[in-house]
Amino acid sequence: MASTSIALNRFGLGGRPGEDPGPDSRAWLDQQLDRYVAAPPPLAGQPASGTLVAQFVDYRERIAQLRKAAMPVPAKAPAMTAVPARPAGAMAPLVAQPPIVQTGDDPAEALRKQFGQASRDLYNGAVTARALAAIQSEAPFAERLVHFWANHFAVSGDKMEVTNLAGAFEFEAIRPHVMGSFRDMLFAVERHPAMLLFLDQAVSVGPNSPLAVRAGNRPNVRRNLGLNENLAREIMELHTLGVRTGYSQADVTEFARALTGWTVAGFGRGPVAKFTGATGRPGDFVFADAMHEPGTRTILGKQWTLPGEAQATAVLETLATHPATAKHIATKLARHFAGDDPPPKLVARLEANFVKTGGDLPSLYRTLIASPECWAPGTVKFKSPWEWSISAMRAVGTQQLQPNAVPGLMYQLGQPVWKPGSPAGWDDVAGAWAGPDAVLRRVEAAERMAQRTRDQIDPRARAAEMFPDALSPATAQAIARAESNSQGVALMLVAPEFLRR
Amino acid sequence: MMLHRRQLLAAGATALMVSPLGARMAFAAAPTERRFVFIIQRGAADGLGTVAPVGDPAYAGARGDLAADFASAPKLDGMFALHPAMTNTLGLYQAKQALFVHAVASPYRDRSHFDGQNVLETGGVSAYQLKDGWMNRLLRLLPAQDKAIALAAAVPMALRGSMEVASYAPSSLPDASDDLLARVTAMYAGDRQLHPLWQEAMATRMLTGDLGSDGGKKAADTGTLAAKLLSAPGGARIAMIETGGWDTHSGQRGRLGGQLKGLDAMVAALKTGLGPHWDNTLVVVATEFGRTVKANGTGGTDHGTGSVAMLLGGAVQGGRVQADWPGLGDAALYEGRDLKPTTALDVLIASAVSRHFGLAPAGTAKALFPAMTMAAGMEGLVRG
Repeated sequence: MASTSIALNRFGLGGRPGEDPGPDSRAWLDQQLDRYVAAPPPLAGQPASGTLVAQFVDYRERIAQLRKAAMPVPAKAPAMTAVPARPAGAMAPLVAQPPIVQTGDDPAEALRKQFGQASRDLYNGAVTARALAAIQSEAPFAERLVHFWANHFAVSGDKMEVTNLAGAFEFEAIRPHVMGSFRDMLFAVERHPAMLLFLDQAVSVGPNSPLAVRAGNRPNVRRNLGLNENLAREIMELHTLGVRTGYSQADVTEFARALTGWTVAGFGRGPVAKFTGATGRPGDFVFADAMHEPGTRTILGKQWTLPGEAQATAVLETLATHPATAKHIATKLARHFAGDDPPPKLVARLEANFVKTGGDLPSLYRTLIASPECWAPGTVKFKSPWEWSISAMRAVGTQQLQPNAVPGLMYQLGQPVWKPGSPAGWDDVAGAWAGPDAVLRRVEAAERMAQRTRDQIDPRARAAEMFPDALSPATAQAIARAESNSQGVALMLVAPEFLRR
Repeated sequence: MMLHRRQLLAAGATALMVSPLGARMAFAAAPTERRFVFIIQRGAADGLGTVAPVGDPAYAGARGDLAADFASAPKLDGMFALHPAMTNTLGLYQAKQALFVHAVASPYRDRSHFDGQNVLETGGVSAYQLKDGWMNRLLRLLPAQDKAIALAAAVPMALRGSMEVASYAPSSLPDASDDLLARVTAMYAGDRQLHPLWQEAMATRMLTGDLGSDGGKKAADTGTLAAKLLSAPGGARIAMIETGGWDTHSGQRGRLGGQLKGLDAMVAALKTGLGPHWDNTLVVVATEFGRTVKANGTGGTDHGTGSVAMLLGGAVQGGRVQADWPGLGDAALYEGRDLKPTTALDVLIASAVSRHFGLAPAGTAKALFPAMTMAAGMEGLVRG
């Protein structure tokens, strides 16, 4: 039954030795929606975003102190940059106080290096946890959906404030809502510190807000205070409505004004933090009324009169169930499961379901399972490097991972985890991944991975198990003629059916 | 004579490649000595922070702190100054090998990176209207021996299309064994997508030798690598290099300075690596759109419209800034916020490229930018 192969590979993350979906592939997928675990064992021990924000703020302040101490002439007493005591609830610093070093060494540089190393360790740990959760999952279809949504709401860790938070973002804002509503996930995402920092919302200040007015009255205090429309634009363009769906530049700017005040506790300093009210446990979402642009906004042809935090909340509620959002999400899901050019009938069916349920995600997934377009024979998608790597590790039965194995592999294959470099996330079409060099790198990686199996796997049996009734004669022949079991495994991992799903 | 196994593989690959191209080769003219490099700046590079109109009376006021880098920046003429990080590019300008064209934009007028890049790369008038890239269509106009390569792990949109294009980015993975490569070649023989990809990968591997070991992370390395690929006998004549990191919503001064320094180093490495070929080289640097005239509240700028494009190389008639300058006064701005575009980027590219390769201007324009209205192309960009 080729449908087993489709369930394993197109819906799931590739087969594992000994895993049998049974005679009813659709029921196997449906049951995964209930079997899904938001916080599986590999994620235990991952630090919470509050801890990470506190550590980052602590680091930044210590760097500032060290730099100040190193300056030969003391600067004028800067009232606005006074360093506050560590806020209540702040966690222990990520790195210990640097040891007293020999004269000549720069202590700020030493601290910077330590923090950089600690950050790399954190990142490697989070990526490895993500990979293990995917490799070990009994609900690979649901895990695929985690990766889908994390990419839809992409943050990119190549921005310093976001580097350490990208993993926590997926674990806290995406995973708990994958079997919930689109609305709840949207709110969790837009209020998470990683997103607020990544798209500059945390520092966006209404030009007529109390904070901006106060700063304007103190001309000797030079501060960059003003509106930043980055998050507002990407919510409309990428997260909800989709590009070219009728909203205007004015809608973006007005939405940005409505969003002012949505920020992260623990990032403001001293008197400013007190004045804005942006105090609280570091990393918590906080509404800072002093940063909010007062007044009524006009967005999508409607007046939004609510004051304060509720203003942007009301807009976001509308965006969450907007018909354009339904179509946008339907199109992306259809593209992910039925091919780069999503079948219009499938898009329409998903869109209607989204509108009917108000964005209930499991209903959308069940629509996918029930749709014949998702069961088109053959393969319809070229795997991304992440999809390929996870399926390869599942196929060879990987149990444990070296701390830098997956981060390094993903970097080499051109898809470093949580670092798409853009809020649009990674492309979900073959053109983005099916390049000559990209395929060559997979062959190189496959050979290394296969060598570690030490000829313990019979590649003929394993390939038949991974692709029930769907293995091509050419692949079967290439594997059968391999000079060793390991070489056969390498060939299986780069076979045409393994590169696609 | 002993042939290395890898050479044998590559020779086999080349032979296989000949058959689909055979018919075209019969009509091929002599291969050109001209080189063309397109460096795309993804993320909307700030033209006003690169080639700054310091002579515009509204400039300093609109830019605030962002203007500080230009206090002692080298003046290009009475109006414009070049970012001080671009020392090598300044040298090219003084040698009349750099031409800056300001207040340019593609036909795209909204402010989405992804749509804007799609228009810039496909050469259409709106996003996703065309399915292939203008550089791929340019290949069709050139002698069949002229190949193109992308310095990227996958082929970017501008180079996608019916003509085969290689992509290459240095890899830190160890080389796969030649025996496995040969078996993969056989396994992909019947696959319509993987077969041509794999032939390209093998052919490129042959050309680059051990370049994979030199890192290529730094911009200069990428420039050097591109120069090697463009200099090799039988190598590419057209290359595209992708650069990112231009989306400077915050902390622009430091970030843009670093970006421009990297770009400058890349161009310098390209010039050094190309040696005598530099005299026959045209490099175009362009971005999907510019950034707001006024600084925003976070020490950066937001998505705008007009920006600057650069023409660099020994083939360029440079040493000047070309601009129908719209001014930065509030009334002169596009939609009250952006540098108003007065020169069409597609006309600029079509004019420069057709002259560079000795192609008919009107036909080239039609092939590269089908909807373009080029009443009069731009003259004097490139030496014929």
